[in-house]
Amino acid sequence: MLGYILRRLLMVIPTLLGVAVAVFFLIRVMPGDPVVVKLRADGANVTEETIQAERKRLGLDQPLIVQFKDYMIGLTRLDLGKSLWTGQSVAGEIALRFPVSLQVAIMATLIAVIIAVPLGTLCAIYRDSWLDNVIRVVAVSGLAIPGFWLGMLIILGLLYFFNWLPKIGYVSIFEDPITNLSALFWPALSVGYRYAAVVTRMMRSALLEVMREDYIRTARAKGVYERLVTRRHGLRNALLPVVTVVGLEFAFLIGGLVVTEQVFNLNGIGKLFVDATARGDFTLIQGLVLLIATVFVIVNLLVDLLYAALDPRIRLT
Amino acid sequence: MADIAANDAFTEKIPKRTHPLVQFIRAQPLGFVGFLIVLLYFVLAVGAAWISPYHPEAVDFGAMLSAPSAEHLFGTDQYGRDVFSRLVYGSRTALAVGILSAIFGCTIGALVGATSGYFGGWVDNVIQRIVDIMLSFPIIVLAMVVVAVLGRNMIGGIDANLIVAIALPMVPKMARIARSSTLSIAQMPFIDAARAAGYSHARIVLRHIVPNIVAPYLIMLTAFIAQAILLEASLSFLGLGVTEPTPAWGLMLSGSSADFYQAAPWMILFPGLAITLAVFAFNLLGDSLRDWLDPKMKV
Repeated sequence: MLGYILRRLLMVIPTLLGVAVAVFFLIRVMPGDPVVVKLRADGANVTEETIQAERKRLGLDQPLIVQFKDYMIGLTRLDLGKSLWTGQSVAGEIALRFPVSLQVAIMATLIAVIIAVPLGTLCAIYRDSWLDNVIRVVAVSGLAIPGFWLGMLIILGLLYFFNWLPKIGYVSIFEDPITNLSALFWPALSVGYRYAAVVTRMMRSALLEVMREDYIRTARAKGVYERLVTRRHGLRNALLPVVTVVGLEFAFLIGGLVVTEQVFNLNGIGKLFVDATARGDFTLIQGLVLLIATVFVIVNLLVDLLYAALDPRIRLT
Repeated sequence: MADIAANDAFTEKIPKRTHPLVQFIRAQPLGFVGFLIVLLYFVLAVGAAWISPYHPEAVDFGAMLSAPSAEHLFGTDQYGRDVFSRLVYGSRTALAVGILSAIFGCTIGALVGATSGYFGGWVDNVIQRIVDIMLSFPIIVLAMVVVAVLGRNMIGGIDANLIVAIALPMVPKMARIARSSTLSIAQMPFIDAARAAGYSHARIVLRHIVPNIVAPYLIMLTAFIAQAILLEASLSFLGLGVTEPTPAWGLMLSGSSADFYQAAPWMILFPGLAITLAVFAFNLLGDSLRDWLDPKMKV
């Protein structure tokens, strides 16, 4: 297992390098010019000299290869440059807002898994019953409801039924866990719904597939209790594809978070990204895209390791 | 008489040729429901001028925030604009942006994927690595980067760069699927025959391979329209997509409309329902098209 973990960790390095290179070129290869977009926003009349001066200040007048060198050297020191808008360091801006988003993402994942695994299992066990059908309809609509609208409905519901809204402003979970959780539970729920829907569908089909296997029949023939057959022989094997989906859907979760933070007025990574995009603050965008891709790579690494822990065959190949 | 009865019994056994649409309805009733809802949205979009009782941008300060009634079916917003009329016109924006960007993204993706699968070797390797990297970003993140770098470019009331932004994240997904379909088609004898006949690579890809990946293309197209509508709504909601005063569903939910949660919940309920129903219908249609055209394909 240790060998597998090491090998898998080494494989992350070229992926992250590729991501860093991709982010650099993604922003520079596209035909637009962020400086022009930023300065000439809303039809502002800006002279060519001002634009050139701004380009020089940002180091954008340098040849691409020099810019690339500076960028890569900066990365090794976690120096992502300065925000075009605020002048603060990008790494600092991100570090300030990362905990909120991370906590919501973790809570949403937990909510999704806690809801989806039992529901998907119930669906598979009571296949084609009314319960199965109800859960499936709820799950399919989860794919269509925009997370941000669900968030608005939740706020509307809280106002209507309880005349209560979570406090605005972030309090760390270590300072005041109750305020923190009561504020972050709702955004986590609204981005977690889609997540739960996808995982429920996967759980159902994976378990149905596994329950057709020969070893399930053997276990039943031996006289093992049906509950044990489902739990030990069925669930454990059905969880493998579910773990993969949890990892893949994490990207959607981040995407959902970008929009949902706006609804709940959370000052997280998503809100920062939206502001950066609206202002054309491309150093900040670059840093954020890099962060999001890195998180995605790390989550998939964790999924792979979990996979290996669940299925011994993986470690050997 | 007996002969005629026997003849009747005989003719009944001959299977009638049914229209493909009838076959589709029989095999995929849910998909047909999706199709009907999609059709309804098309009718709304095309006939917006006749269907909507008010002009979508008509401001009426005398009727600000009025509740749903016979006059204003879905109520009015903070400027007294009729929510129903704005929803009807909004379907124009949603369908135009959704369909254009899905066609754009799917077509480029299919061509890239077909090229990658047909040539193989280093071409395939380079394309697939780029596809891998693009797939590791959430689609909205990729779209937002495009929005930030390209700025706006209005053509005929629609932001052309918004369509590019929504289409780009779809390219790698379609490329993946087109590539795997191409790999199996490239093994077929008729491709060898085309090569032996001395046709150019471009001709083989465009005339022999592309027509054979139409089924996955159509399936993905329908699914992508749903995603594109959702993405456009999200971007407009964030203020990065369609801008005022153009009616768009996501835009109707954005900005100050959140200040009226309690005073005017209809401003939030109906646009969200419009988005959800549209995405749901296209998803339903896409899923059943997949089951019907290509049961083996898994997206």
